[in-house]
Amino acid sequence: MSGASPILPREILIATVARLLDGVRHVAVGASSPIPAAGAMLLRALKQQAGEKPVRISILGSVEHNFFTNGSAELFDCAGQGRIDAFFLGGGQIDGQGNVNLVGAGAYPQSSVRWPGSFGSAYLYFVVPRVILFREEHSPRVFVNKVDFISAPGTSAEGVYRRGGPHALLTSKGLFRFNKTQGNFALDSVHPGHDLAEIKDATGFRFDHPARPEQTPEPDARTLSLLRGQVMDELSETYPDFAKQMRDDLQALQDPQAAIAS
Amino acid sequence: MLSDLETLARQVEAGMRLALPVDYAGVSMAMTKPLIARGAGDLHVICVPTGGLQVDQLIGAGLVSTVETSAVSLGEAGGAPRFNQAVKTGAIRIMDATCPAIHAGLMAAQKGSPFLPMRGLIGTDVLRNRGDWQVIDNPFEDAGDPIVLIPAIKPDVAIFHAPMADRFGNVWIGRRRELAAMAYASTTTLVTVERIVDESLLANEMSAAGTLPSLYVSDIAVAPKGAWPYGLWGEYPTDTAELIRYAKAARSDEGFADYMSGRMLEPAQ
Repeated sequence: MSGASPILPREILIATVARLLDGVRHVAVGASSPIPAAGAMLLRALKQQAGEKPVRISILGSVEHNFFTNGSAELFDCAGQGRIDAFFLGGGQIDGQGNVNLVGAGAYPQSSVRWPGSFGSAYLYFVVPRVILFREEHSPRVFVNKVDFISAPGTSAEGVYRRGGPHALLTSKGLFRFNKTQGNFALDSVHPGHDLAEIKDATGFRFDHPARPEQTPEPDARTLSLLRGQVMDELSETYPDFAKQMRDDLQALQDPQAAIAS
Repeated sequence: MLSDLETLARQVEAGMRLALPVDYAGVSMAMTKPLIARGAGDLHVICVPTGGLQVDQLIGAGLVSTVETSAVSLGEAGGAPRFNQAVKTGAIRIMDATCPAIHAGLMAAQKGSPFLPMRGLIGTDVLRNRGDWQVIDNPFEDAGDPIVLIPAIKPDVAIFHAPMADRFGNVWIGRRRELAAMAYASTTTLVTVERIVDESLLANEMSAAGTLPSLYVSDIAVAPKGAWPYGLWGEYPTDTAELIRYAKAARSDEGFADYMSGRMLEPAQ
């Protein structure tokens, strides 16, 4: 694809999110999550263009992309009823068993670094079928061998009610799939510009991988044009700063001289 | 029942359980200063279901002994500095929860039930650290199926901000139903509003559907721009620049004290 129009790393992330969401009817996106939101919007635009069943998106904290009328409890009620197919979770720490820590590093409760808290993760991870773990920072401090606090566990013991859980882990370097039977991650693909050795160095847990992992596919021309047009327009309603940054970055990528001059 | 902010603040006493709403639902920031001036400490703050600036400032002012919450943060402005510091030093007791567990506890209180069961939580350190929650086997199944019981959360006082109340003490909360949930569960509910309207909010079906009746409302005071620097739905947006200013200032004890004593506590006109 090199030689054709250059692509931003974040465009690859957004297109990957859209691929991971393929087939969902309703996806919920947390506040301050522009890349997951853009990926969901891209999937919606692709489905719309193809004349397929519409995708419903709920962005928490947004007025335009939020149709709940029963307060902040409704998202969880909705998820508990099985009406939400996909959701995104980040994490201060994520380990190789898919455990997520949103509370803090070090001992508990007097953590050496305290993060905000578990939010709805201790529930949504159990009931939403396709939880996509998304964290751009790919470093050993984030991807640890064992989390210091389990806000939400990757798997549950037999007999525990569990309809949902981790589906994939997407970072700035690569894409992992979660193997529910083995309870671990397998490297699915490496983003352009990165390699397996670098990912191993940056990951604090062991993961399965082929000897020569594939490269994460770049979006095709049709997808890219939707992403740069309709999706950026929609995104700028909810995340104006992020959308502007993307457009500036794109401008700089396509025409470095003009970007320096402006 | 129309009062002023100081009269509302006087109804909060040391050691009370205080319910406060999530940052986008209608936080009565106007009450923060009067609460600090009142000085009733040893508060058990219940965030419905998460906390932000108001909680951070009450902690910074030394009024809080326990925080029961699913998270505390300043959103786009980053971590809540006084909360993070107080957790680190052990100055406050933290009762980490998850959003639907807070909703479940309030719902139990709303129904006058001792508890509500909920899915999820099993195998988390959230559950492991909550001695007040229990796990039972679902009695409707033949065997197994563990499920968590969340005891009723019964705050002494709930405080929030809304666009309007009428002369009869009814408060318009629109679709922010967590405000009703807080009021149903709490002994006393104190509300600040942007304005008072003459006509009863219950007089027409459109406004009545989004109205919390005066039955659940103890006292009301007018506070224009009373959620600032938070926004108020349908009224004004969040002043993110101000949240960032606070986040920077409150990194140190001195910076927090400076900020709280400064003119920046007043909404920009």
